Amino acid sequence: MSSNIILVILVTSLATYLSRFLGVVSSEKIDETSKIFKWFNCIAYAILAALIARMIIFPAGVLSESVIFFRFVVLISAIILYLITKKNLVYPTVLSAIILALLNNY
Amino acid sequence: MINPKYFFRGLKSLKSLDSPALALGASFIAIGALLKNIGFNLEQSIFSTFLTYALPGSLVMAESFIVGASLVNIFLAVWLVNARLYPMTVSLMPLLFHKSQPKWKYYLSCHFIAVSAWLIMKSNYQKIEKKHRIDFWMGIGTGTWLTAIFSTIIGFLASDYLNKDMMIGLAIVNPVYFTCMMVGAMKSLQISLSIILGAILGPVFFFISPEWSILYGGALGGTAAFFIGEFK
Repeated sequence: MSSNIILVILVTSLATYLSRFLGVVSSEKIDETSKIFKWFNCIAYAILAALIARMIIFPAGVLSESVIFFRFVVLISAIILYLITKKNLVYPTVLSAIILALLNNY
Repeated sequence: MINPKYFFRGLKSLKSLDSPALALGASFIAIGALLKNIGFNLEQSIFSTFLTYALPGSLVMAESFIVGASLVNIFLAVWLVNARLYPMTVSLMPLLFHKSQPKWKYYLSCHFIAVSAWLIMKSNYQKIEKKHRIDFWMGIGTGTWLTAIFSTIIGFLASDYLNKDMMIGLAIVNPVYFTCMMVGAMKSLQISLSIILGAILGPVFFFISPEWSILYGGALGGTAAFFIGEFK
């Protein structure tokens, strides 16, 4: 079982490093002022936005046991707090954890 | 070799107001606790974050491990969920390349590419001369990576004291941090549209294919935003 866990970890890290490695290989031929760079930049931001939207709307793991309405309330409050504190990220992150944990308790 | 001035300047970004340390800490504490619960020991949990350092990949690994998936299946599932790292790398590394810098730095430091470090680098790279960006990036990467490993240890050790409400609180920190950073990154039409379209299309595609929804939604949303920005 123990060696099995090591194999699982190795396979996971290889599968992860593969995309990073291929990314560097491709990057060697791409100029930062090119159209293709801009296109990849758009895709990268869109993929991250899709990933985050999924974390909030269809979460995996323990977050799926909270109420979606509460997650939205916490998220929107955090964005407002972020904007009015001139982009301070400490308050929104810390408060969102406390508020969602408390809301979920009721 | 690595220029210490820029390396430490990157490392110090952990102390800034948009520091990813809290968000990373919260999510890797959750990972440490999760790995303990599925039967990993402390060394294995550290090893996992040390080598993988990508949150969704570790979650998929844990889920696949619980149901006893084969190694091939685990490889494919993790590759699919972490494939976003490819466009992230392609949209970061060209900003860091400099002919005076050795190749190994790029192949080693690409291991640090994960959402938090990537967002920090994207919002700071213009302040650094191109020649020194890779050293600055290695500082950011080392800092965020060590934070993740340290938090995995804390989460593993604290797992017995974390109840479900606390775990839910920890789990919301990362999406909140990412969302705020994305709002902060919306400085051009192309990027703003990419983010908005990705956030809409990702969940829409979830109804068609949960596994592929992020890649499909991201590729389509990003491409549409690119063309709208180019030809408006």
